[in-house]
Amino acid sequence: MTFSWEDYPVAGHWDELVRPDGRARAGASRLLRTLLRLDPDELALRQGAADLAIKAMGITFTVYHQEEGSIDRAWPLDIIPRIIALREWQRIERGLAQRVRALNAFIDDVYHDREIVKAGHFPAAYLENSANYRPQCQGVSPPLGIWAHICGSDLVRAADGTVYVLEDNLRVPSGVSYMLENRKVIKRVFPELFEKFAIQPVDDYPSQLFDTLAALSPRPSDYPEVVVLTPGIYNSAYFEHAYLAQQMGCELVEGRDLVVADDDCVYARTVEGLTRVDVIYRRVDDAFLDPEAFDSGTMLGVPGLMRAWQRGTVALANAPGAGVADDKLVYTFVPDMIRFYLDEEPLLPNVPSWLCADAESRRYVLEHLHELVVKPVNESGGYGMLIGPASTRAERDGFASQIRRHPRNYIAQPTLALSTVPTVIGDRIEPRHVDLRPFILSSDRVHVTMGGLTRVAMRKGSLVVNSSQGGGSKDTWIVGAG
Amino acid sequence: MLSRVAENLYWLARYMERAENTARLIQVNANLMLDLPGGVATGWEPLVRIVEATDAYEATGRNYSERNVIAFLVGDYSNPGSIVSSIASARENARTVRDMIPREVWEHVNDLHLYAREHLKGGLHRRERHSHLQYVIQGAQAFTGMLEGTMNRGTGYRFLSAGRYLERADMTGRIIDVRSSSLLIDSGTEGLKPYQNIQWMSVLKSLTGYQMYRLKMRVRVHSDAVLEFLILDDEFPRAVYSCLGNVEFQVASLPNNAGPLRVITRLRRHLQAQSLQGVSADDLHDFIVAMLDGLGDIHEALSQTYFDPEETRRERL
Repeated sequence: MTFSWEDYPVAGHWDELVRPDGRARAGASRLLRTLLRLDPDELALRQGAADLAIKAMGITFTVYHQEEGSIDRAWPLDIIPRIIALREWQRIERGLAQRVRALNAFIDDVYHDREIVKAGHFPAAYLENSANYRPQCQGVSPPLGIWAHICGSDLVRAADGTVYVLEDNLRVPSGVSYMLENRKVIKRVFPELFEKFAIQPVDDYPSQLFDTLAALSPRPSDYPEVVVLTPGIYNSAYFEHAYLAQQMGCELVEGRDLVVADDDCVYARTVEGLTRVDVIYRRVDDAFLDPEAFDSGTMLGVPGLMRAWQRGTVALANAPGAGVADDKLVYTFVPDMIRFYLDEEPLLPNVPSWLCADAESRRYVLEHLHELVVKPVNESGGYGMLIGPASTRAERDGFASQIRRHPRNYIAQPTLALSTVPTVIGDRIEPRHVDLRPFILSSDRVHVTMGGLTRVAMRKGSLVVNSSQGGGSKDTWIVGAG
Repeated sequence: MLSRVAENLYWLARYMERAENTARLIQVNANLMLDLPGGVATGWEPLVRIVEATDAYEATGRNYSERNVIAFLVGDYSNPGSIVSSIASARENARTVRDMIPREVWEHVNDLHLYAREHLKGGLHRRERHSHLQYVIQGAQAFTGMLEGTMNRGTGYRFLSAGRYLERADMTGRIIDVRSSSLLIDSGTEGLKPYQNIQWMSVLKSLTGYQMYRLKMRVRVHSDAVLEFLILDDEFPRAVYSCLGNVEFQVASLPNNAGPLRVITRLRRHLQAQSLQGVSADDLHDFIVAMLDGLGDIHEALSQTYFDPEETRRERL
């Protein structure tokens, strides 16, 4: 034996599989025993088999901003799964469903009567200068009053074991296809564990997604024509768009495949002629939906699409304007929303945050930049952040002047010691920091994925898990106690 | 089915078929070079002409050596008709329609692309040429076999098949043209007579058609019978006439097909009316050029009817 869990360093953070005394956490003991039996060669061999399977299955993501232009990379997957005990997961699941119900109520309120503003729980000024507020959506009532049909909320666990919600992605969250593909690959790598473990399956997501979308159809009695709208093959998440369309048995369309006719209905251009489209799962940003409604200065999109949506002849998921709640400043109000709309106490806490828009908080943030994480409110993908403890004086000075100039654009949070999971590094096992992105589907019913996509920062000590910045991923197992 | 998707499926099949047949084209010429006595061989330049890439080749500034031509036709990503480019284009088309084709088919195309990038890029050593080209041919055959065995016979399949058979007809024509361009058919030189039949045999073999020829034609290999077999036979699946029959069969199940069917039937009539008995090399070349034009017309008709979004918009709105 060349490895013992007693030698595995867990000090200073929470490890998802290993307790500080080197013993297994709930649900993880069988996995840890299996890993002990693998000598370094066997470990490297299994990781190699997973890498090969990913290459052969063509699981890729596209990276920009590289010297080579946009290139297709094999999806990075670490073979050691992250495990969450079923009982804990059920609590998290309820918390996520609660959160998304409140967020949907908030978006609907924002575009109608703004009761939350009138009641004094949310400052009107924060809406007026929100980058994702869409005046075109004011007064529109989408089917079932739901705006964010697909939500990806990022969870992190701090050193004391508390699970926090880090952000809610309500525009076009991605990653779910990798959750599904990771499971397929890991089944090939650890077949023996799947035989013995009660690992909750994840693969009903595509049919759940289809049901969620179909429920939005303006022609509920017919079999709805659902399509997935992609910006095209050069989008970083194109693999996922094609994958989900295939799994749901839907057409994958681009803007140029659709046309809005004189009857304000949306049609697809097909070899048979024009065929009516009922529901569009759009994976393009608001700005590129409709060149008539959003003056984006591009030819992308479908002229008249917003008009059709406003008239209710087609459903869009997520609804345009849903991003108004996908703003890190709005995020800080989610616990208040839960109390206001649902009259419930939040089941999942937010990460404590300072709003730079607030003068007193701003002063604190500026004085403590070296120990805080500063985030722009409207960025995603981990871009444009300042990680205080890892920053240089020049970076901090740059952020300080940005914060003074545009306080509305920034929030700050304490630097969390994200939890870790054992990860294969060469032929060794070392701890690496992770987060978790579950996906929550909402229409006539709410469905939360069994686990989600675990992202892992592959560089030692790094907290940046985004795949566009060198992050990897893990399969996520929800298992009964044992 | 979306017009754009139909077009991508059509091109996916065409590019795979093109990769396979370019490999076959090189095999036939390589065999010819071996069979012919030194001094009479026409070299490798005709291949470039036959795939209509002369301008692109001249732009490289290289001479027409065996090594250069093969590098250009096999492993040059800047030549859009090379095997590596064809496979890359097939993969790109497959990638945009992966929701329409069986998953294994996508994985297979992706594999073949990775293989091509690793082994074919930049050209081939003579020693390993045969096995690599054979791999490409078998890879394309496996692609066709998977579709045959696992894909619904719906609209998507019809566009794939139409694309494949149209490309195959085109390339069979070009492969025959390689032979006609060696200008030995009516060469009066007595000393070369023995070589003629060997050359036609290698054409048949490059199309995996030698056995089928013997079974069907029941005569020894000679030019008239080989031409009749490769162009007019309706049973050999690489024969031009048989390919056309397949295109027609697929198009017959598509909507709004009157225009394309008219063009297909015209070419079939034209082929039937031809006699290839004792045809001269020049006449054969002219005949093939006319046939390739006819195939181009079929592509135009399909494209206008099904793929061109502007066209569909005008007609249907």
